[in-house]
Amino acid sequence: MDMSMADPVLACEGLSYAVGQTWLLREVSLAVRAGENLGIVGPNGSGKSTLLKLLSGVHTPAAGEVRLLGQPLAKMRRRQVAQLLAVVEQQAETGDAISVRDAVELGRTPWLSALAPWGEEDERIVRQALRDVAVEHLQARIWHSLSGGERQRVHIARALAQRPTVLVLDEPTNHLDIRHQLSLLKLVHTLPVTTVAALHDLNQALGCDRLAVMEQGRMVALGAPCEVLTPERLRTTFGVHGHWLTDPADGARILRLRQLPSHESIEGNSPHVQ
Amino acid sequence: MSRAGHALAVPVGHGLWVVPLLCLALAAGVAIGETPISLPVVGQVLANKLWAAGYPLDPIDEGIVWNYRLTRTIVAAACGAGLAISGLILQSLLRNPLAEPYLLGISAGASTGAVLVALAGLGAGALSLSMGAFAGAIAAFLLVAALAHSARGMAGSGQIILAGIAGSQLFNALTAFLITKSASAEQARGIMFWLLGNLSGVRWHSVMLAVPVVLVGLAVCLWHRRALDAFTFGADSAASLGIPVRRVRFVLIGCAALVTAVMVSMVGSIGFVGLVIPHAVRLLVGVRHARLVPLSALAGALFLIAADVLSRTLIKGQVLPIGVITALVGAPVFALILIRGGRR
Ligand SMILES: Nc1ncnc2c1ncn2[C@@H]1O[C@H](COP(=O)(O)OP(=O)(O)O)[C@@H](O)[C@H]1O
Ligand SMILES: [Mg+2]
Repeated sequence: MDMSMADPVLACEGLSYAVGQTWLLREVSLAVRAGENLGIVGPNGSGKSTLLKLLSGVHTPAAGEVRLLGQPLAKMRRRQVAQLLAVVEQQAETGDAISVRDAVELGRTPWLSALAPWGEEDERIVRQALRDVAVEHLQARIWHSLSGGERQRVHIARALAQRPTVLVLDEPTNHLDIRHQLSLLKLVHTLPVTTVAALHDLNQALGCDRLAVMEQGRMVALGAPCEVLTPERLRTTFGVHGHWLTDPADGARILRLRQLPSHESIEGNSPHVQ
Repeated sequence: MSRAGHALAVPVGHGLWVVPLLCLALAAGVAIGETPISLPVVGQVLANKLWAAGYPLDPIDEGIVWNYRLTRTIVAAACGAGLAISGLILQSLLRNPLAEPYLLGISAGASTGAVLVALAGLGAGALSLSMGAFAGAIAAFLLVAALAHSARGMAGSGQIILAGIAGSQLFNALTAFLITKSASAEQARGIMFWLLGNLSGVRWHSVMLAVPVVLVGLAVCLWHRRALDAFTFGADSAASLGIPVRRVRFVLIGCAALVTAVMVSMVGSIGFVGLVIPHAVRLLVGVRHARLVPLSALAGALFLIAADVLSRTLIKGQVLPIGVITALVGAPVFALILIRGGRR
């Protein structure tokens, strides 16, 4: 790779987004390095999904700019963006009786054209994507017959079939059982791609290289997980009491989270209080 | 392994059996009628007209085949195909199984336009009625599109559906107002008959318009087949798969509106085709548009040819509005499809 580590793969500067008079996102700036796994954490409604939609170009920012491999996203063609960046949405459902195989094949859409029709290579990539998330055996199943977790894995296979440089995931472990949560996170972290993932479980977020903490549409911290998730931060942003423990089995650091004592209950810190 | 639905070759490959089937259906549509005409005679008329083959034929038979039945059968096929692909486009893009071509206010606008022309008496010919209907259809669609466009705050495809309902109600009310205010009972009956779908005014000039319009619509849909597939999980998902969502929506919904407006202006509004055919074909061949688009067009064409034959032959000496047939057949078939589909 001739791209130096310093060059961000995906970056944004002063990113803001509003619906009507309400600001959902304010002045977010960050740079994701090549190969990095960036986690985005924050309470419900703090703007994680909104940030991901702006970073992936699905929404257009009210102010600020997103750059993908150094190019302004706004100036790129959608197809070009989709060849570099794939998205796994928080909720993407369909009433259509689409098969798993067909759903994963949709991932090849940005690479196909009249001059580049479906070929052996596409076939191989789809098969590999199905294998990567262990849904090969579901190939012929129809969408509505899948469980929530199976649907999520198929979405991830679809995103992998896009062969992206950057993979953007919005709460990818949401519907998965614990075994699949762990194997999915491991897969995401070992893939040779840069990932940006909104994550729910703070202990799982510890596996990321860096974390961005969102609060009321602003990014209030960015850095290594153990530096960012201080007891103070956990109290003010998440409204929980937390401290670090060390697992005697392997020396790993984990977070112990508890409800705040009632006298400092979350009222004063609620993310919804303006 | 050559999986259907991938290469451009697939739509072309269908041509091997689609074209003969369609020709056979057209021939049957021409042959069957109150005075049956044998298939060889139909063939001879075509040979005479197309290659001046010079078979000796009864000029009355020749007139019936060439000027009357052939034109209406071809236009029926074109309408069926056009309405089916328009319905398919709207169902796929708006992610709503109840979407159909008239959702966009087009038939309501067409009826207002036609009634205005009929009442203002701007020439009595079918052509001017058609032009009024076309103008009304386009006006209604533009209004609906503008309304949907200005209702930005709402999420997704809900806005155009609601705008379509509002537009349809407005234009239907206008039509009712115009009819009660100024039409005689005789005029009102004529207009209602026309609105329910009527192929009897169809001549060669209609064929010359309907066939190219449908072929262009079909080509546009086939060109966008992968984009239509990409909307399976909604517009945001399509965007992240590299589809320029706004442009594709503009082109395809505009295309559906134009095709429908042309059809409505020629033959009135024929219900159920645009709603039922795409669903039926989806159940048969799955959800990939490389197959759905051409087969919906084919099924729509065959369905309307059959409906036209029925409308001409069901009651001796009388032609039923074709919309009555499509609804009478379409509604129970649709129910059956739903029940079957639910059991799978
Ligand atoms: N279209 C919208 N109109 C108004 N508010 C919205 C819209 N979409 C999201 N929001 C609000 O923006 C905030 C951030 O939403 P989101 O990014 O989905 O949060 P998260 O993913 O962190 O839970 C929430 O308070 C949500 O209610
Ligand atoms: Mg979210």
